[in-house]
Amino acid sequence: MLATTIIYGFAGICLFVLGLRGVLLHTTALARILALNVCGAGVFLLFVVLAYRGAGMTPDPVPHALVLTGIVVAVSATALALALARRLREIDHD
Amino acid sequence: MTDLLVWPILLPLLASLLALVFPRRGDWIGGMASLAVLISAAWLVHSVWDNGVIAVALGGWQPGLGIALRADGLSSVLLLMVAIVALTIGIYATRYFDNAVVRARFWPLWLLLLAALNALLLSGDVFNLYVTLELVGLTAVALGALGGSRDAIVAALRYLTIGLLGSMAFLAGVVVLYAAYGTLDMVALASVVEDRPATWVALMLMTLGLLVKSALFPMHFWLPPAHANAPAPVSAALSALVVKVAFYLVLRLWLDVFTVALHPATAWMLGLLGAVAVLWGSYRALRAPRLKLLAAYSTVAQLGYLFLFLPLLAGLPDGPAREAAFGAVVLFALTHGFAKSALFLGAGVIQQRAGHDRIEELGGTARALPVTTFVLALSGIALIGLPPSGTFLAKWQLLAAAVETGQWVWIPVVAVGSLLAGAYVFRVLGHAFAPGDRDGSALAAGREELPALALALVATVVLGLAAGGLWGFLDFAAMSPGGAR
Repeated sequence: MLATTIIYGFAGICLFVLGLRGVLLHTTALARILALNVCGAGVFLLFVVLAYRGAGMTPDPVPHALVLTGIVVAVSATALALALARRLREIDHD
Repeated sequence: MTDLLVWPILLPLLASLLALVFPRRGDWIGGMASLAVLISAAWLVHSVWDNGVIAVALGGWQPGLGIALRADGLSSVLLLMVAIVALTIGIYATRYFDNAVVRARFWPLWLLLLAALNALLLSGDVFNLYVTLELVGLTAVALGALGGSRDAIVAALRYLTIGLLGSMAFLAGVVVLYAAYGTLDMVALASVVEDRPATWVALMLMTLGLLVKSALFPMHFWLPPAHANAPAPVSAALSALVVKVAFYLVLRLWLDVFTVALHPATAWMLGLLGAVAVLWGSYRALRAPRLKLLAAYSTVAQLGYLFLFLPLLAGLPDGPAREAAFGAVVLFALTHGFAKSALFLGAGVIQQRAGHDRIEELGGTARALPVTTFVLALSGIALIGLPPSGTFLAKWQLLAAAVETGQWVWIPVVAVGSLLAGAYVFRVLGHAFAPGDRDGSALAAGREELPALALALVATVVLGLAAGGLWGFLDFAAMSPGGAR
């Protein structure tokens, strides 16, 4: 059980750092938005790991509720970012 | 009585939906909602004054599962500031947006921002802080892009990206907290939190996120373009309110919830960043070619002052000296909220009347727009920290605390920062009073100039002369270690 938690937890941290690196290093808007989502996925994975209480046990519901809220927020943020990026493209192509 | 906590969030939220459905009635809906929020905020302050901390668990769900709302001296007084500034900005906005389409887009977003700000201030648990922080960020970005120019969109996209990184870091900190303590309720956290590595990691992540959001040097780079390119009423709200609530969270987390983990070294580091922000922001404000850019850089500097208080508060033992310093940081935040929104509204008036806000070409403004020039001068007094503004009292306390704790290093920072502020304010006034070829306009400018004047008067006169009650109201007991009430 411990090993599973560590593997998933480590994966979450790796995703977070990868996303962070992507946001900071990329210059195109779309790449940055995607990197932000990778970053967010890392944090959400950490929440999922947190809910796991061992094989056969019911998971902790609170992190699940939190992660759902987090995903909704992330989707809306991505939508706003994409809308802005598209507007920018339209301006540049006119 | 606990219903009081719901209204400042519910009213603007409902009004926002109404404004979306009835776009042509936006002015009316927004004005009424802002007024109602102000009344409920004033009522809340009154009630906190009488009864102390008010808390409610929404829908009867206990904290841990439900949404807990709390109001103490600090949050309710900031709530009142938000309500007053929002009402005046709203009144100005009815004159500012002459394009019906833009105005129809403004009101729903604006009311949503107001609801999010109030929800953030009243939130009692750390996860809801993340949600409200995101709501504030998203609505602020959308409002900032309202102007539609290329610069505004580029700045908004950058603001959004950086802001999202900040909230991701904050959320990661929330995960660590939940893993370590199994609760996210701030009162519960304050009583169980220990000084150990898990707390440090959580705090580091959350603080990093908040530093980005509150634009502390060197994470301030997104602020000047975003604030300078937004429409004037929006810039006023971004500079006066949006960055301020991020600082409120820094204050709340470090001094209320995680007091045990506040090491002098951490506080010093934040203080040093604040000191650099004061000097760099003031210097850039002095060099700014445009009035709104000047106001935005001045925000960077003024936020720096707020962070200077952290090492002082960490260094002072519990007692009257610490209470005085804590009251001063809140007074500083309040005064800046009023003064900076006044300055941005004044800049908006000038920009619309003159068609630009280039400082070098402000000649004739004093004759054409005497009221607005007076606003620039009044808000300048508050930004420099001259008496009788609230900033003067706050800086006085800051220096007193620096002497008390022997942290002399902050004194030259405050002195140089104030001199630079004097220089950039008088640079603007010098150009505004210079002769120019502008036509004189009517004195009675009503809804266009009076909101800014009201805000500037609150910053310079009301907060300066009537600030005594603030210290008593903040009730330092509510901020004592362990959150004992």
